[in-house]
Amino acid sequence: MIVHSREPLSAQNTQTIALVGNPNSGKTSLFNRLTGQRRKVANYPGVTVDRHVGAVTRDPNTQLIDLPGCYSLVSRSLDEQLARDVLFGWIRNEQTPDGVIVVVDASNLERNLFLATQVIDLGLPTIVACNMIDVVRDRRDQLDTHKLAQQLGVPVIGTDARTGEGLDELHNAIRALDSPTTKAMGHPAKRTPFDKPAQSAFQEMSNVVTSRNLATPSMTDGIARILIAPDSVSDDGDTWNKLSPDDKHAIITARNAIETPVASLVCQRYDTIATIVSAVHIKNSDGRPTATDRIDRVLTHRFWGLTISSTIMGAMFLAVFSGAAPLMDGVEFVVSQLATAARSLLGTGVFADLVVNGVIAGVGNVVVFVPQIAILFFIIAFLEDSGYMARVAFVMDRIMSATGLHGRSFIPLLSSFACAVPAIMAARTIDSRRDRLTTIMVAPLMSCSARLPVYIVIISAVFAGNVWLEAGILFTMYALGLVTALMIAAVLKRTILKGPPATFILELPPYRRPRFTIVCRETWDRTKPFLTQAGTVILAFSVILWALAYYPRANNTSPDNIDTTAQLRQSYIGRLGQTIEPVIKPLGFDWKIGVGLASSFAAREVFVATMGVVHGVGEDADETSVPLREKLLNDKWPDGRRVLTPLVGVSLMVFYVFACQCMSTLAIVKRETNGWRWPTFMFCYMTTLAYVASFVVYQGGQALGLG
Amino acid sequence: MTIATTGTTTLDRLPIGSQARVTGIDDKTGNADRLMEMGLLVGRPVEVARVAPFGDPIQIKVMGYHLSLRSTVARGIAVEIENASTTS
Ligand SMILES: Nc1nc2c(ncn2[C@@H]2O[C@H](COP(=O)(O)OP(=O)(O)OP(=O)(O)O)[C@@H](O)[C@H]2O)c(=O)[nH]1
Ligand SMILES: [Mg+2]
Repeated sequence: MIVHSREPLSAQNTQTIALVGNPNSGKTSLFNRLTGQRRKVANYPGVTVDRHVGAVTRDPNTQLIDLPGCYSLVSRSLDEQLARDVLFGWIRNEQTPDGVIVVVDASNLERNLFLATQVIDLGLPTIVACNMIDVVRDRRDQLDTHKLAQQLGVPVIGTDARTGEGLDELHNAIRALDSPTTKAMGHPAKRTPFDKPAQSAFQEMSNVVTSRNLATPSMTDGIARILIAPDSVSDDGDTWNKLSPDDKHAIITARNAIETPVASLVCQRYDTIATIVSAVHIKNSDGRPTATDRIDRVLTHRFWGLTISSTIMGAMFLAVFSGAAPLMDGVEFVVSQLATAARSLLGTGVFADLVVNGVIAGVGNVVVFVPQIAILFFIIAFLEDSGYMARVAFVMDRIMSATGLHGRSFIPLLSSFACAVPAIMAARTIDSRRDRLTTIMVAPLMSCSARLPVYIVIISAVFAGNVWLEAGILFTMYALGLVTALMIAAVLKRTILKGPPATFILELPPYRRPRFTIVCRETWDRTKPFLTQAGTVILAFSVILWALAYYPRANNTSPDNIDTTAQLRQSYIGRLGQTIEPVIKPLGFDWKIGVGLASSFAAREVFVATMGVVHGVGEDADETSVPLREKLLNDKWPDGRRVLTPLVGVSLMVFYVFACQCMSTLAIVKRETNGWRWPTFMFCYMTTLAYVASFVVYQGGQALGLG
Repeated sequence: MTIATTGTTTLDRLPIGSQARVTGIDDKTGNADRLMEMGLLVGRPVEVARVAPFGDPIQIKVMGYHLSLRSTVARGIAVEIENASTTS
């Protein structure tokens, strides 16, 4: 279904090693340590949904592939399928990896060894990294990695990806994988033993695998052990996979013919594991409640649970407003100083106007919002790294069930507060196709960070003065997006994406203390694109918009006495704006806002830049130092009424809550759904919704005498 | 809903804090395989740790970690109570 991101796997003289493991076992943390990259790490299952490639810093001839987590090679969702396909060598135009590092959560050894032994059965050169070894130690448990290595027949290294403990040994093991002596010795790994009936079932499936040429000989048996499970390969799926429909059909037919004793297979594997664990793991921890138990007792409490999660959300918006205010004043001051300096340096004329009213008014007014966005990202990153996200999914599941989705979908929705693009990709973790599509379809209704500048500029213009009221209105806009997303999901699940009720199975990881550096890094990594955007798209748009507003010059006035309003009216942009004005007038918007709306289709925050440019062009130095929000307030209709009344402000924000004004979102939906059908549908329903909702707000408000 | 304190029951009816052992898994919801892979095996201990705000889903402890699932799924898991909770 999805074409995975094509990061090049460089060919010769390099060995490729895949990192696999249960979700949240620390694969990406290790990957980052080994390659020096900064891929996203967070404390909930399902963070990585794509694969990432990187060269080992100390060993540039070795390439690592970071993969999504999975509980079993019998994959049930797209992210798990991707991990399986990389290991099996089922990715188009690619080979099997030269080796595997299985990242095992040592504090949860028994369950993690399930996947580890499945991988060992594949017969690829394998290293087991017993990660989170610090957690084992803190519990005063003991884990004998040497004995575990003997039992599994592969090198086992205890690691702590947070501090880098064990990394030297891991490097040595990686190097040894490639050494000729190891290769000559062959693979001493011990495959999990199974009883006679199971073995003959494997044999039958192996025959199919061999006859259809689905695996290298050494991997055939290991792969057959997976394929006989009914959930392993299904008809629908992905486009990265090189299996033909015939291959899949052959597997499914063979599987149906073999009476697969799945329960017995799982039990036999776990029996072997139980023996191993009892030999290597000494448990000294008593049954006393852990810190996680104590925290959960409060955070997921029957009554307090929901109260607390709403309070956290509320506090987040309050923090965005009150915490950012001083920062924002600072940035605003710098921007206005810059404008004044540019004025005095460049004097008057076309070029000065371009710099001051184009570049500074456009880009500057967007950059002002960096503090708010950074604060929002900081709080989200903090929650993600603490382990709270999985609890939100747990607490919200009941509410989600009313829509036909489950709590799992709530994690992508929450990350959509930052940006819809990663959220849409995160939907890969949802195993039902219909649920996944539903989640994708509603995710962009959540207010992303690009809407934040729009909301804030409007709120701080028309509702200025009371931080509680401001935060309350902001909260309302976010809530409106969320509630509508749930309602649309309910409609979709009952109509075009009707399907059986979804099942919700989610691991709740232990809480971990978020590390300040990781949270800051994550904040910066997410804020940076916003700044880049300001320096590229928004800069370009500001200049274009400036030119459209500056030309053609009105010729009936003398150059030093330009009537700015008249100039703007007859400029290109003014003419364009007036053409669309009849369409948006019923929503309470004048043509300037209309131009802002139209330019928002490039990126939502361009609205703010547009307002800055449109209200700035042709003005003199004194007025440029007036903050944008005051200019917006001073804007008048020809008959002298104020344009941006509170009602218009609300109508405008409501439009932004719903409108689909993001090219990247549409592009990612196309990629993830493999066609134009779903993105087209998304664009149409969201834009219609935006117009109708805005219309109802404005006309309704006027009828009630609020306008 | 009756809450059992001894004998056999299903996981959704197991009181919070009581220890039990899985005696059977019924695959009506199509999740039995995944649940077994995640450690819910016949003969293994299981415990209900807590219940979400609206009474659903539940959070269980199995193989030393926490898993949440809906009561519709939990209903398919037969358990035998070993050690009734003293707290609830
Ligand atoms: N205490 C401790 N925490 C760790 C260790 N390694 C990773 N973590 C934490 O565990 C959580 C999960 O780490 P990730 O690296 O995102 O795990 P992952 O395996 O990539 O997870 P998915 O991509 O969701 O499959 C994060 O909060 C890490 O900070 C470790 O060795 N010790
Ligand atoms: Mg990861």
